[in-house]
Amino acid sequence: MLSDNLWFHNIYCFLYTGDTAISGCSDAIGLLPESANWMPYYIAGFSMVLVLINIFMIFGALYTYAERRLIGRFQSRLGPNRAGPFGILQPVADGIKLLTKESMIPDTADKPVYNLAPVIMLVPVILVVAVLPVGEGTFMTDLNVSLLFAISITALTTIAIFMAGFSTGNRFAMLGAMRAVAQLISYEVPVVLSTVGIILLTGSLSLVDMVEAQTVPFILVQPLAFLIFIIGSSAEMNRTPFDVVEAESEIIAGYHTEYGGMRFAMIQLAEYASVLVNSAIITTLFLSGWDGPVSFIPSPIWFLLKMFFMAFCFIWIRATLPRLRMDQIMSFAWKFLLPLSLLNIFVTASEVLYFGVNGLFTQNDLWIMSLINFGVAILGIVIFTKVMEIGTDSNNKYKYPV
Amino acid sequence: MYGLGIVKGLIVTLKNFVRKPSTISYPEQRAPQHSRFRGEEFVWYEERCTGCASCAKFCPLGIIHIVTSPSDENIPEGGSYKLEAFDIDIARCMFCGFCVEVCPYDALFMGSGFEQAQYSRQDLVLDKIKDQKEGKNKSPSTWFRPQLENQKYIPHSGKEMEWDSAGREEWDYHPTNRPKRNLLAWQNKNFKNKGKN
Repeated sequence: MLSDNLWFHNIYCFLYTGDTAISGCSDAIGLLPESANWMPYYIAGFSMVLVLINIFMIFGALYTYAERRLIGRFQSRLGPNRAGPFGILQPVADGIKLLTKESMIPDTADKPVYNLAPVIMLVPVILVVAVLPVGEGTFMTDLNVSLLFAISITALTTIAIFMAGFSTGNRFAMLGAMRAVAQLISYEVPVVLSTVGIILLTGSLSLVDMVEAQTVPFILVQPLAFLIFIIGSSAEMNRTPFDVVEAESEIIAGYHTEYGGMRFAMIQLAEYASVLVNSAIITTLFLSGWDGPVSFIPSPIWFLLKMFFMAFCFIWIRATLPRLRMDQIMSFAWKFLLPLSLLNIFVTASEVLYFGVNGLFTQNDLWIMSLINFGVAILGIVIFTKVMEIGTDSNNKYKYPV
Repeated sequence: MYGLGIVKGLIVTLKNFVRKPSTISYPEQRAPQHSRFRGEEFVWYEERCTGCASCAKFCPLGIIHIVTSPSDENIPEGGSYKLEAFDIDIARCMFCGFCVEVCPYDALFMGSGFEQAQYSRQDLVLDKIKDQKEGKNKSPSTWFRPQLENQKYIPHSGKEMEWDSAGREEWDYHPTNRPKRNLLAWQNKNFKNKGKN
């Protein structure tokens, strides 16, 4: 396990002296004295944790700036450009402003739950970073159920949102929380089912195995699953086509209406970091993770580039699409995404039975499967749009594009 | 249908993203401004003004305050009063420009600026005599003053317009040079083929 993880291995062996047979360090340098041989394990592990989590947190803060700036450009504006060069210090200014604000707790609030909710919101985002393979041999841990771990941990956000909305004692927050629970649980189902196709192809739940299995990026082999996953994860992040949870024109700010100051900052940070984490999961599952076409660029850079591209796509979608109604969101999940993800599982399972020799696929197999799956995706979307009457309002029969 | 509308929408926003933003960052950059812009700071030339108070009479709001006294020079015709006060309260001004239109001697012009924010209402009363003494604010708007446009004068260029070149060239106001009152001939001379101005 340790030898898989290059980062850990290198730092550990850099510090470790002593019996190389036990530690697995054939090239031990040994900066620390031999009496401190228990320390390298902790130092190496802690440095990884510190760097990886802080990368996601700092990029999460920068993502708020990037989002405002890019949405400005999408709307033919400039965006924030006052604080620092090109406004790059805007998140710092926002952070200082939010942290120095008075800590207000409404009288109607259930105080322990109210205080706990932002923390619980931030925790799953940080926990998911543990299983993300950021580069070749650059990950904190390679669980054999890491996909399951990531999906189930991100589902914790629902509880945090409901805690925040329920404990505030504000009717808008309550509405937002109820919408959140309905929406997030509905979209959890197609998201999980869409990943089953990838699990069938790799034969493993480990994210590292999934990246290694992608001789052809799974966005080509599993286009339908990619579509469902990207829609579902943008619904789970409460981003714009599905942001009824915090719809500012309907229910002020939804579940975080009564939050301010540092708690609000934590909620915002959790939301924006979760966009990055979700982009990272999509990169790992569909865009062949750290694997890049050119090998002289290091693998973490490839991973970050793909992740930023996905984050850009989320901003792009947010800048384009208007908000859906609650019943449209629910019917879209249950009537459209769920049957399509089941269809995807069926087709992929048939292909695995037909092509798979001991669960291994050659590149040619994957290309053929990609062709079939593209056809299935287009046919499935067309047929299910007709059958399920998506894009048709049952009340007034007014047609609009989905 | 079938999600193609979403793709179309994404392409529209991407086009917006690629093109230059239509916003300009104001204090550093400025939007292009027409030379006929009716700005806040009125430009007034004491040398051209006779103190007839036409502007004060025509002002719909009565915000031009003029105090005159007989001048010491004993010129029977075309002489001017001595001006003791010429104030314009631009806090209440609506920039209709009647005062500029009626000025028979081209002494009053609209300004070209728009950044006249002050902390008190009293500061918004323009003391034109004081301004004239300090020699500031000599970039008149070319609104209702075609002679400035004929000279290709642009108020935002930073150049100042002096009183002797600001008037209509065909008309010398000095009483000894005033043309005979043959109105038809004067009109034929001055306004033929000049309709474009």
